[in-house]
Amino acid sequence: MKQQTETIGWTREEMAQRLAQDIPNGSYVNLGIGIPELVARFVPEGRTFIYHTENGLLGMGPSPAEGAGDPELINAGKRHVTANLGAAYFHHADSFAMIRGGHLDLSVLGAMQIAQNGDLANWSTGKADAIPAVGGAMDLVAGVKQVFVITQHCTKAGEPKLVEACSYPLTGQGVVDRIYSDLAVIDVTPDGFRVVALCPGVDFETVQERTGAPLLPAQK
Amino acid sequence: MRMIDKRVPSAAEAVADIADGSSIMVGGFGEAGSPIELIHALIDQGASDLTIISNNAGSGEVGLAALFKERRVSKVICSFPKTLNSTVFPELYREGFTELELVPQGTLAERIRAGGAGVPAFYTPTAVGTPLAEGKELRVLNGREYLLEFGLRADYTLIKGLIADTHGNVLYNKTARNFAPIMATAADVTIVQAAQVAEPGAIDPETVVTPGIFVDRVVEVAKPAHESELIAAGVCYP
Repeated sequence: MKQQTETIGWTREEMAQRLAQDIPNGSYVNLGIGIPELVARFVPEGRTFIYHTENGLLGMGPSPAEGAGDPELINAGKRHVTANLGAAYFHHADSFAMIRGGHLDLSVLGAMQIAQNGDLANWSTGKADAIPAVGGAMDLVAGVKQVFVITQHCTKAGEPKLVEACSYPLTGQGVVDRIYSDLAVIDVTPDGFRVVALCPGVDFETVQERTGAPLLPAQK
Repeated sequence: MRMIDKRVPSAAEAVADIADGSSIMVGGFGEAGSPIELIHALIDQGASDLTIISNNAGSGEVGLAALFKERRVSKVICSFPKTLNSTVFPELYREGFTELELVPQGTLAERIRAGGAGVPAFYTPTAVGTPLAEGKELRVLNGREYLLEFGLRADYTLIKGLIADTHGNVLYNKTARNFAPIMATAADVTIVQAAQVAEPGAIDPETVVTPGIFVDRVVEVAKPAHESELIAAGVCYP
């Protein structure tokens, strides 16, 4: 695989901003750890999203000022957060009833691999010496109405993350609806990956070259 | 008439009867809600060959991680055994000393809830088609695949509250609540450490989170330690 050396494509912040534009007003949203957390910085003007963090808070607010954190007010990434007006605390069985019971509108997750049929791998490389850790990812993809993945298009080594079939252990089967990468926005459809939008300055052929499965062009 | 009073004078007395080979649910998500003083009392008490049911496997060398470090835990049932500063568990796991049963977080929560509610098993869509489905019964209900999962119970539960009363009613603090209310229901003996233990009536019945029937012992730990502060101070327990 060729190395990605040139700097093309959206930055992580631009990816998050692009994703945030597609979230309807009033949505209940769970943001995964890493790039997904950036989405909270880009709520479009005039919209309110209510953030769920699976450790037991609905109405999660931004990080507190440096040094003002409460060790008993954290998010799923174990970072200090705040609670907005109208927030609620609850225990884990209720939190996962919200997730598994289909009450949340959107889950935004990172990925190691996404297959053209929507399979997601994002919890383990499956290596023998790795310490397996899964957290709530399998519950989120099984229960939340829509699953968006936000990820670099390729790994640091230049390997495509969008593939025909995942080689890593799965988090869920056929669960991904849409992918926001640094190069494009791509839907998972019954016919495979379909480009919804290309990053300005990036052409279809470049994205195809860096994708491990056939891409369908945007529908006019 | 004898008054109900579930108070125990110290953390040491609260955990004194925990025997070798016991299964113990431990509340907390990361450091939030981790009952550090009860765990440290358990380390001092010496029980070993324990099965621990907890979301994480501890950080640094305090609290839960210190219990692992003292080689008291032969098996852990959890969803996310690595966290920032988690070094103790990975070593014991690679060495083969501590067995890991990895359970998705929501399945872990529901197994505990079911165990406490008298429900022996349930079907869930979580983990279908993944390596964590191996060996589990698959059933199609309403056109969708589900896995059979079993309720989980333990001999003891150790949790942390903000305020408890002498009847065992408990209020929690923010996201420190996490697994505590369900774990309280799923053990033969539930032990609560709370920053304040009050007389009956101090907690408005409308706001009680864990009703006292689920709680056996309450111990006041007025100024509980936080894992991150102990780690920042370089503390290694014992």
